Amino acid sequence: MKKLLSILAVSVFAFAANAGTLDDVKNRGFLKCGVTTGLAGFAAPDDSGEWAGLDADMCRAVAVAVFGDRSKVEFITTTGKSRFPTLASGEVDMLARNTTWTISRDVNLGFEFVGVNFYDGQGFMIPSSLGVSSATELDGATVCIQTGTTTELNLADFFRLNGISYEALPIETNDEGKENLFAGRCDVYTTDASGLSSTRAAAADPSKWLVLPEIISKEPLGPLVRHGDHQWGDVVRWSLNAMIIAEELGITSENVDASKGSNVPEVLRLLGVEGSYGEMLELAPDWAYQIIKQIGNYSESYEANVGPDTPLEIARGLNALWTQGGILYAPPFR
Amino acid sequence: MRSKLNFFSDEKFRSIFFQTLVIGLFALGIFFIVQTTAYNLEKRNIATGWRFLTDPAGFDISFSPFIDFKSTDTHLDVYFVGVLNTLLVSVCGCIAATILGFLVGIIRLSSNWLLVRVAYIYVEFTRNVPLLLQIILWYSILIQLPRVKQSLEFLDVFFISNRGIYSPRPVFETGFSYVFISIILAFISSFFIRRWAKKRQDDTGKQFPVLSSAFGLIIIVPLILYFIIGSPLSFDYPALKGFNFKGGMVIRPEFIAMFLALTIYTAAFISETVRSGILSVTKGQREASASLGLKKSWIMRLIIIPQALRVIVPPLTSQYLNLTKNSSLGIAVGYADLVHGFGGISLNQTGQAIECMVIVMATYLTISLTISVFMNIYNRSIQFKEK
Repeated sequence: MKKLLSILAVSVFAFAANAGTLDDVKNRGFLKCGVTTGLAGFAAPDDSGEWAGLDADMCRAVAVAVFGDRSKVEFITTTGKSRFPTLASGEVDMLARNTTWTISRDVNLGFEFVGVNFYDGQGFMIPSSLGVSSATELDGATVCIQTGTTTELNLADFFRLNGISYEALPIETNDEGKENLFAGRCDVYTTDASGLSSTRAAAADPSKWLVLPEIISKEPLGPLVRHGDHQWGDVVRWSLNAMIIAEELGITSENVDASKGSNVPEVLRLLGVEGSYGEMLELAPDWAYQIIKQIGNYSESYEANVGPDTPLEIARGLNALWTQGGILYAPPFR
Repeated sequence: MRSKLNFFSDEKFRSIFFQTLVIGLFALGIFFIVQTTAYNLEKRNIATGWRFLTDPAGFDISFSPFIDFKSTDTHLDVYFVGVLNTLLVSVCGCIAATILGFLVGIIRLSSNWLLVRVAYIYVEFTRNVPLLLQIILWYSILIQLPRVKQSLEFLDVFFISNRGIYSPRPVFETGFSYVFISIILAFISSFFIRRWAKKRQDDTGKQFPVLSSAFGLIIIVPLILYFIIGSPLSFDYPALKGFNFKGGMVIRPEFIAMFLALTIYTAAFISETVRSGILSVTKGQREASASLGLKKSWIMRLIIIPQALRVIVPPLTSQYLNLTKNSSLGIAVGYADLVHGFGGISLNQTGQAIECMVIVMATYLTISLTISVFMNIYNRSIQFKEK
């Protein structure tokens, strides 16, 4: 009986233990990436049904790093609530889902944030007809808020700090928020400023909606993986960094081939001409080259998805390189 | 060898042996589930424990009619708010569904062709459309009501918009407690009058106007007292100020959608239960009472319903349980019930999924068992008492 018990116990535990995520992904043949249920500019299906956006590009960059093929990724939609259990249970390999990096998520939930792909902050959007110009004038307003988010906590803090009252209307998805705001069930919609721009761009007449100037929180959004698998964490971290470093070095998807003949040592290291950085990550030597070739550098991804020329019209601001007045900064590639 | 065989051929020993085996295997199964979960949580560095219950919640809940909830309150307070909101919509729903269900059940047995058809269509339609869709349908309708600035007005004190129904809120001033006490005393004395009247009728055959005397005690006496004390009741009227109405009482569209959907859905099932209960009383009973010269309304009240109740109450209990459990769908429209607040927001903000779900499940179990206990007591009281 004792023997049977121990066999049972071992088999149960063996089932629970999992191999390295990188090996799992390679064996499976594609990457499973958790994204939003649809937030234009970050991750939403475009006209042809292809997922597009800054976060979608992040997923594709990792797929390119592992497989050299931007199509080897399955996008799995998650709500603000379902995202963490989905990642923790191994249903997705990584999340790139407008997720704010906080201490409790990093430590208590057992995840690892590998970087920041968008510096955001929480804002408010109201109908311009209300005639409100500052968030401190929102006393008594009904506020639509996505539950299970950091914005929910920031909102409570902000109103408490300013001693004004409000009524929270908790909603599950960005679409529900839009619906309730447009129907007038709530006066204000609050979420990350980028999300507001995205929502505003989706309105029938964007000029009727106003994003208030107050930004009430720090929201560094970034990709995250499960705690404890450092190899996989490194792959995702450096896929992001490679895009940022490429922008620093002026390498774009167009000049990447020509850059191979560059005389700048860091360019050669990044593109896999010199050194064995791919091997260290257990990836192909030209992994970063492929990311830049197939996805582009950070700037290209930004301008194509959320930049001033897109409906979202978000200026680079904090998300500019550290050399250009922003805080985007990647560790050296050496 | 022989003696062992004998052991197994002993029925008592055999049954104890197998029962112990089954219980043992079951306990082992539970043990492994708990063990594996704990192991995996630890492996993923997910903290466990109940400490989070006393941490401040950090978020606000707007719909909390019984407790004044602030974001500095704890997750335990979130739990209590959720339980009360779940109970609120469940109790309101059970009462309304019972009334509507009895009405429709009786209508379906009436001889009015039109009413019977309408009731039939209602029952078949609502029973066969998923409840979740009905909740969302009601909510979508309510949210299309006029905006708050264009609220529909009734008598200058009731306002209806897609933010809810605003009405004046009674403010009890000093002295009102006497009126309140007199109402309670009136209820108690009415109860004793009814018992006394029944006994008198059994003994002497004389009837006593119980209903009108109870009415006088419960309504008229407190009313007179109310005016003697000097009308210690005023109203707080809602007024549009800034973004919303201030003051007054409000019933939110989330609550109305849940209440309507749960009531209308469950009442359809209850009406079928009632119909089957009434049909279970044999025709002879009705004919016999008619031949005794009883009035039609008396036949229903004194002969049919008491016998039908024996058939109606057990399935009615399970409808009450269904309604209570179905109230957990409130999450679809943002009704701040137990699942939405504690099992949703708290779970998500703390990440303590297993702890939160265990508490939520235990709570539903407790509520359901409590309903069952009371319904079983009631059921026993209406069964045939053989003398």
